[in-house]
Amino acid sequence: MPMQPASTEIASRTAAIVNELKGLEGPLLPILHELQEEFGHVPQDALPVIADGLNLSRAEVHGVVTFYHDFRARPAGRHVLKLCQAEACQSMGSEAVAAKVKQLLGIDFHETARDGSVTLEPVYCLGLCACSPSAMLDGEVIGRLDDEKIEEIVAEVRS
Amino acid sequence: MIPRIYIPADSGALALGAEKVAKAIEKELKERGVEAKIVRNGSRGAYFLEPMVEVATAEGRVAYGPVKSSDVKSLFDCGFLNGGYHKRWLGAPDKIPFLAKQTRLTFARCGVIDPLSLDSYKSHGGLNGLQKAVAMAPADIVSQVTESGLRGRGGAGFPTGIKWKTVLDTKSDQKYIVCNADEGDSATFADRMIMEGDPFVLIEGMAIAGIATGATKGFVYVRSEYPHAVATMNKAVAIARKAGVLGANVLGSPNAFDMEIRVGAGAYVCGEETSLLNSLEGKRGVVRAKPPLPAIQGLFGKPTVINNVISLASVPIIMDKGAAYYKDFGMGRSRGTIPIQIAGNVKHGGLFETAFGLTLGEIVDEIGGGTASGRPVKAVQVGGPLGAYFPRALFDTPFDYEAFAAKDGLIGHAGITVFDDTADMMKQARFAMEFCAIESCGKCTPCRIGSTRGMEVLDKVAAGIEAEKNLALVTDLCNTMKFGSLCALGGFTPYPVMSSITHFPEDFKPAPARVAAE
Repeated sequence: MPMQPASTEIASRTAAIVNELKGLEGPLLPILHELQEEFGHVPQDALPVIADGLNLSRAEVHGVVTFYHDFRARPAGRHVLKLCQAEACQSMGSEAVAAKVKQLLGIDFHETARDGSVTLEPVYCLGLCACSPSAMLDGEVIGRLDDEKIEEIVAEVRS
Repeated sequence: MIPRIYIPADSGALALGAEKVAKAIEKELKERGVEAKIVRNGSRGAYFLEPMVEVATAEGRVAYGPVKSSDVKSLFDCGFLNGGYHKRWLGAPDKIPFLAKQTRLTFARCGVIDPLSLDSYKSHGGLNGLQKAVAMAPADIVSQVTESGLRGRGGAGFPTGIKWKTVLDTKSDQKYIVCNADEGDSATFADRMIMEGDPFVLIEGMAIAGIATGATKGFVYVRSEYPHAVATMNKAVAIARKAGVLGANVLGSPNAFDMEIRVGAGAYVCGEETSLLNSLEGKRGVVRAKPPLPAIQGLFGKPTVINNVISLASVPIIMDKGAAYYKDFGMGRSRGTIPIQIAGNVKHGGLFETAFGLTLGEIVDEIGGGTASGRPVKAVQVGGPLGAYFPRALFDTPFDYEAFAAKDGLIGHAGITVFDDTADMMKQARFAMEFCAIESCGKCTPCRIGSTRGMEVLDKVAAGIEAEKNLALVTDLCNTMKFGSLCALGGFTPYPVMSSITHFPEDFKPAPARVAAE
């Protein structure tokens, strides 16, 4: 696992991002996205800096961060695998796909493998509903998952 | 002339291997020393044929699909650059039955042009609508949209022109155009296809909306699950700004309009308009009570037009060809065309734009070709996770807002998910409650608590615990959610639940009886 940056470093890098984006109308979501891009998650130590920079209470910032599924409190694994579990994928066996992936990786949804290789998450629709069941691996889209593709994905995240 | 090869960069095509195909074609061109221009177009929407590669020949375009990277060598051997025959040969793309049967107004250019070439956009009729709009009085633009009969394609079906009129008539120092591109409903991908395949049509539609209502700033709120759409839209906005389509003088007129692309953060409820506005403002995506309407007090408290991608992308053709042209398509109070998205367990999945009025059966059996698994169709869910499940018995329902409402269903964003006879409707009903529980914003009690209780009660039914009594309880709970929730999330979750119970009662029999019946 990569070393966590020290809290002073988080604060200074956060302050730079806040300064860069606070001129936008409604800057909080763009700031949080940028922080997640920078640190791989939204660190606790960043919240007071955002609150200060945008003249919000810490509670407000905390409320926003925790409302959205995308923002992580902790870093994810080296790979992030999202499996679509919405209706169109269900109709094509997404549940069986999820069961197989979970078994092969030895983790459940919302978990990260112990070696830090991969985080597994459900997602509710990738807009690939005419090529179900679908998945997203590190931002790359994959459709019509079958045993062969699942094994390829698992091999890739393990390598 | 250097040959031109079209390889879609649409997410759906990429998910089926378009990138590998593109790489293989590039490699083959290099090895053979052949010069050709590769265009990364959007998708025409026939996903059962993706990746569909097209070649521009003297006789027009010739399509091949579904192409695998392992086909590439043999494609070259068969002379595909001149339209030569190969086992993947499909002929002229617009003659492929799935595409030939469509009426493409909003999606006319999608999959045809280079999405990021403004010249290509213009040479296919792009900017004609905006060109006309800048010379018109705002009220005239609004009345043209009203007369076209265009209704909100996001699901609610509210007349677009009426919404615009309210914003036009509300005095304010600042007004906004917000495009709802938080397309979270399963079975829908029309917004994604437009943003990836013809982004300028959305930009043009938003600029027209701005000029019509006096709004100078626009936002597109795209879901984070669509990284490719976000990237394409950002590039397109930069190009449009540079070309003077956006900016202080739209197409050289005195009208100012500019826009930004914003990314959501994985909350389904942000597809609800007021929740989306809160999210854009940087708040929790909690639903607002209406009134005040967003048209009067919307983004940052200012008058705001909030429309779905397809509604806005349909405006340019209405301005270009006139209200009557658009209105001429359709039936009843559902005018124009609708991009139907056929998804799930279906043989010919994809986007099918057509005038309102086809029956559900025609769409599923004839156009969709039945299930992919080859088993009988048991149910289709129309309108995403909040839409009703329709049994075969209701396949004569015409695709029309009012006709679906009359059968206790909804068109929503026009996505259709097909299920074969292995589907367990009790499981689907329970999932609807589960999804609502995961995605509820928490503002109102019927949605926040009702969804969890609904899940628990359905679990009891599944376990055979006082099934009849508990089904009555679910029905009662659905009634409370339907009439007591603030927005469509809690309010429409009863549609999939109740339609499952009503049309597929055999799936809700206690477990022992179900085993005996099988």
